Amino acid sequence: MSLKDQTCIAGVGLTDYGRRGDFFEIGSVPKIAEALDRALEDSGIDRREIDGFCSYSVDPNDPSRLAPALGIPNINYSSLVFGGGGGGTCGAVANAAAAITAGLAEVVMVYKTITQPPHARFGASYGSAQLAANPLTDFHRPFGLISPVQFFSMIFRRHMHLYGTTSRHLAEVAVATRTHARRNPKALMQAPLTLEDHQESRLIADPFRLFDCCQENDGGGVILVTSAERARDLAQPPVYIMAGAQGGSAEWGQALTSQNASDEIYATAGHAHLAKRLYAMAGVGPEDVDVALLYDHFSGLVILQLEDYGFCERGEGGAFVEDGGLLWEGGRLPVNTHGGNLSEVYLLGLTHIVEAVRQLRGTSTSQVEGAEIALATAGPANLPTSSLLLRR
Amino acid sequence: MSLLSELASLHPDSLSSPFWDACKKRELRLQRCADCGAFRHPPLAGCPSCASTRDEWALVGGRGRVYSHTTIYHPALPTVADEVPYNVVVVEFDDAPGARIISNVLDAEPEEIHVGLELELHWDDCGDGVVLPRFKIAQK
Repeated sequence: MSLKDQTCIAGVGLTDYGRRGDFFEIGSVPKIAEALDRALEDSGIDRREIDGFCSYSVDPNDPSRLAPALGIPNINYSSLVFGGGGGGTCGAVANAAAAITAGLAEVVMVYKTITQPPHARFGASYGSAQLAANPLTDFHRPFGLISPVQFFSMIFRRHMHLYGTTSRHLAEVAVATRTHARRNPKALMQAPLTLEDHQESRLIADPFRLFDCCQENDGGGVILVTSAERARDLAQPPVYIMAGAQGGSAEWGQALTSQNASDEIYATAGHAHLAKRLYAMAGVGPEDVDVALLYDHFSGLVILQLEDYGFCERGEGGAFVEDGGLLWEGGRLPVNTHGGNLSEVYLLGLTHIVEAVRQLRGTSTSQVEGAEIALATAGPANLPTSSLLLRR
Repeated sequence: MSLLSELASLHPDSLSSPFWDACKKRELRLQRCADCGAFRHPPLAGCPSCASTRDEWALVGGRGRVYSHTTIYHPALPTVADEVPYNVVVVEFDDAPGARIISNVLDAEPEEIHVGLELELHWDDCGDGVVLPRFKIAQK
C-alpha cells in the first residue's frame, strides 16, 4: 500500500513577494489568509471543507489558533515535519497525501510563511548568541562557521576536489536560473546575468559567490491537497501526487552542521536515499522526469541533487550543467523554470512545488512542452529533507 | 586578541564536556565506542555502528589533514566584520577514522589551504576557560 496517485494538489496560492522584513509587522496569520484566499479561488474548494493542517520548519502557527482565525470549523488532522529551513516542504505535502489516503482528513492545507524579524536573519541563524549558542553549535560556532552558505561551501569544495567541478559550473546554474526568472514577471531578479557577471561577483564563502546564494524574502503560500476523486470535480486539472519521500539516511543525520557524513556521501546533497524511495514508490526513473524543481538555496546544491536523483553519474553534475544544460528549451533537463530561490523568490521551497503544478497544468512562463512528470525537492540540509514526484 | 574572540564561548552539556574538558588540558580526545571501537563526532549518546552506549574518549595525535575548507569573505554577523577573510577547515585524523572536527588554520593565506594539507594542532587559549583546538600548517 502506498499513497501513489491517491491524492492531488488541487489548488495553490502564494502571497505577494516581499523583501526580508517587509511583512514582519503584518504577521504570519494575515499572510497565510492571503495565500489561502488565492488557493481557494484557484481550486474552487470552500474553506469549510478544509480539515487538515500540515506545515514544517518549526512553524509557530498551530491549527488550534489558525483554524478559527481562517474560518475553518474542523481540525481532523495536523502535523509538522521536524527540522528547520526548507527541508520539510515536500514532506508536509506527503503528510497531507498520507493523511487523506488513510482517511484521516478530506482536504488538507499545507502552509508556510516567512515574516522575518530584523534580529533573526536565516543567513546568520547559526551565529547569534541569543539563538544559537548551545552544546551542538559549540563544535562550529567558535570557529566562525555560522551561516548556511559557509557549511554548504565546504561540501561543494570537496566535490570540486574529487571531480574537478568548477566555479564556472556554479555560474551555469545561476545564469540558467536567471534566464528563467527573466521570463517570469513575478520573479524579483530581472537584471540580465552572464557567466562573466557571476565570475566577477564577490566571494561570500569560497567557492560560493554572491550569485550562488539565494535571496531572503518574506511571503508564503498554501497548497491544497485532496483525494484524486474529489480533485477531478474541481476548477483545475488535477496534479497527482505520485510519490513522496521524507527523511534521509541516518549517517547523513546532521551532516550539514557536523560535517561528519561518511566519505561516500559527504560531497552530495544527501538526497540519494530519498531518490531511491521516491522512484520506487512512483514506479518511474529519472529518465521519465520532464522538469525538475530543485531547491536552490545555493547553486552548487543543484549540481549535487542532479547526481543524487540520477540525472547523471556521481561527479558528472558539472558537465551536465555546461552549455545551458538546465535551460527550459534546449537543455539536458529543464530545471527551476520559475527562477528558483536564486532569482524568483525564496519562500522555503513552496515555490518549487507551485512551479511543478504550473508545469503540469501547462501554465508556466517557461513551459516545458508536454510536461507529464515533475520532480520537486526540498532543501538539502540536516535531516529531515524531502521530495515529491508529481504528474498530470 | 585571538581569532574570532567574539564567538569564543562554550556551552557544554554531559555529552560534550569530555571533549572540552580535555581541551583545557591541551588534549584532543574524540569519542569512540568502547565495544566496536568506531569513532564518532560530534558526541552522540549511542554508537551509530553497533548501538552500544558504552564509550571512551581516545587521545588523538596532533597531526591532521584538511578534508575540506572554505574562506569566508562576507561576515555573517557584525561581530566578525573585522575578521574576514578567515578560513574554516574540516580536519580528519589518521588515528581517528570516521571523525572530523571543524577548526581554523592560523597564520595561513587563503591560497595556501587545500584538501590534503597536513596540519599540526595548536592550542588556542581564548580566556575564561575556553581552549580551542586550532591548527597551523605542518612543518615538514
